Amino acid sequence: MNDSIRSQFPILHQHVNGKPLIYFDNAATSQKPLAVINAIEDYYKQYNSNIHRGAHHLAQMATEKYEDARKTVAQHINASEREINFVRGTTEAVNLVATSYGRKFIKAGDEIIVSEMEHHSNIVPWQMLCEEKGATLRVIPITDSGEIIFEEYLKLLSEKTKIVSIAYISNALGSIHPVKEIIRAAHEVGAVVFIDGAQALPHKKVDVKDLDCDFLGFSGHKVFAGTGIGILYGKEELLEKMNPYMGGGEMIKSVSFAGTTYNDLPYKFEAGTPHIEGGISLGAALNYINEIGLENISAYEDELLAYGTEKFLEVEGLRIVGTAKNKASVISFLVNDIHPYDLGVLLNEQGIAIRTGHHCCQPLMDRLKMEGTCRASFAFYNTKEEIDATANALKRAVKILS
Amino acid sequence: MQKSVGDIENEIVEEFELFDDQMDKYEYIIDIGKKLPALDAKYMTDDFLVKGCQSKVWLHAYEKDGQLFFEADSNTAITKGIIALLVRVLSGQSAKEIISSPLSFIDKINLRAHLSSQRSNGLSSMIVKMKAYASAFS
Repeated sequence: MNDSIRSQFPILHQHVNGKPLIYFDNAATSQKPLAVINAIEDYYKQYNSNIHRGAHHLAQMATEKYEDARKTVAQHINASEREINFVRGTTEAVNLVATSYGRKFIKAGDEIIVSEMEHHSNIVPWQMLCEEKGATLRVIPITDSGEIIFEEYLKLLSEKTKIVSIAYISNALGSIHPVKEIIRAAHEVGAVVFIDGAQALPHKKVDVKDLDCDFLGFSGHKVFAGTGIGILYGKEELLEKMNPYMGGGEMIKSVSFAGTTYNDLPYKFEAGTPHIEGGISLGAALNYINEIGLENISAYEDELLAYGTEKFLEVEGLRIVGTAKNKASVISFLVNDIHPYDLGVLLNEQGIAIRTGHHCCQPLMDRLKMEGTCRASFAFYNTKEEIDATANALKRAVKILS
Repeated sequence: MQKSVGDIENEIVEEFELFDDQMDKYEYIIDIGKKLPALDAKYMTDDFLVKGCQSKVWLHAYEKDGQLFFEADSNTAITKGIIALLVRVLSGQSAKEIISSPLSFIDKINLRAHLSSQRSNGLSSMIVKMKAYASAFS
């Protein structure tokens, strides 16, 4: 890694507040390589057209590229194309399952399980479903170090459990959950499992057959593609049983006032003109990271995590929030009783982008008895030099704030 | 004799002109915040919270002999410094003066440009709240 990789990300080569930009907010969104930027530009310059209709050349080309992207996604996570639904992002993926699967199959008295450290988007749709159906949301507790307590999870499982929904990797703390074991245990009681893969896809290989998850959602923009596009994977037999999420064009086979028949998978869940260049950008992004190799990416990010942990801990008074044994390249931290916003502002002043706040995980923050944290999250285009510079910038900020 | 809003603003602008480095400006803002007299705990409730700020700001106002006095606190150091600057400029002024003051020092010390939009909104919220108190007392 690195100079050749950094040269592929034009946005990284700029100054912020007079200092070279250090972008450590990758868990919020990732930056885009030229391969992705060019794919979007090519679409608008060369073959912008509506897809799946129209016999003309541009329409055929756009359709082909969009469907190629679906194929790329399917191969990337080891699924079939019929199981790959383009959605707006992970949030829509959760909502689609909560609505189309949940409304059809969840009854009063059923239980849905999430963990204490989920993103709001993997809590609120289930709360809404539970409220509507008279079902109950059960919560897997976590340890102080930010790991789910597996024995407690097993205790929550029963024949009442119908859905388990959990993040592969925590966005706030970086903890990697043992999802394979979680899925296996859920299946033993007959529940289906939704995996929030938003933080996992950028860092590691995700194989839906190996995991045996029933649903997987992820967002394009976190995996180096454009914003507004994401994926819902679902096992074909489950998607077939579900009702459409939205009605409109594209998702129908035939429409009449006597009755409408729905289109086949995956189009059944894709009403309206889709985010065509978004889908194409996602295909380009996955091809790009596969060229580098996810194993290489994971190994390099592990190195950054170890180095960053060591360097950050050299800052006096700094404590890391979330010390799970199995962690992705995310460091959440606090320094003495300094408010995270103050550190965020003073790092920004030195050209460094980190995230501060509750990271859309208020229940987790309540559990850890804190209002929020500072979070630095690394991608494969980050460097050890950037970590050094950030540790120094932190020391300066802490001195001012103490 | 109470200094005018304009005089205090000029003093602040002169103080900030001493700093070339933005980090030094922040350090100065934070120091000003540290010197802000503590706000009585009974005012640190949701009733006194300035809405629209990303960090928490509590603001209390009272009138004495035709002048309006402000007391404030915040849970973050930088915001506390900013509200302290506003208190320094506006506390002890007449309601009329508070309402009509354009507070041009904020742009002169280049404060707004260096605060993220949410914080900048917070800054506006603080000013709106102080002026609203003044309107209520005038």
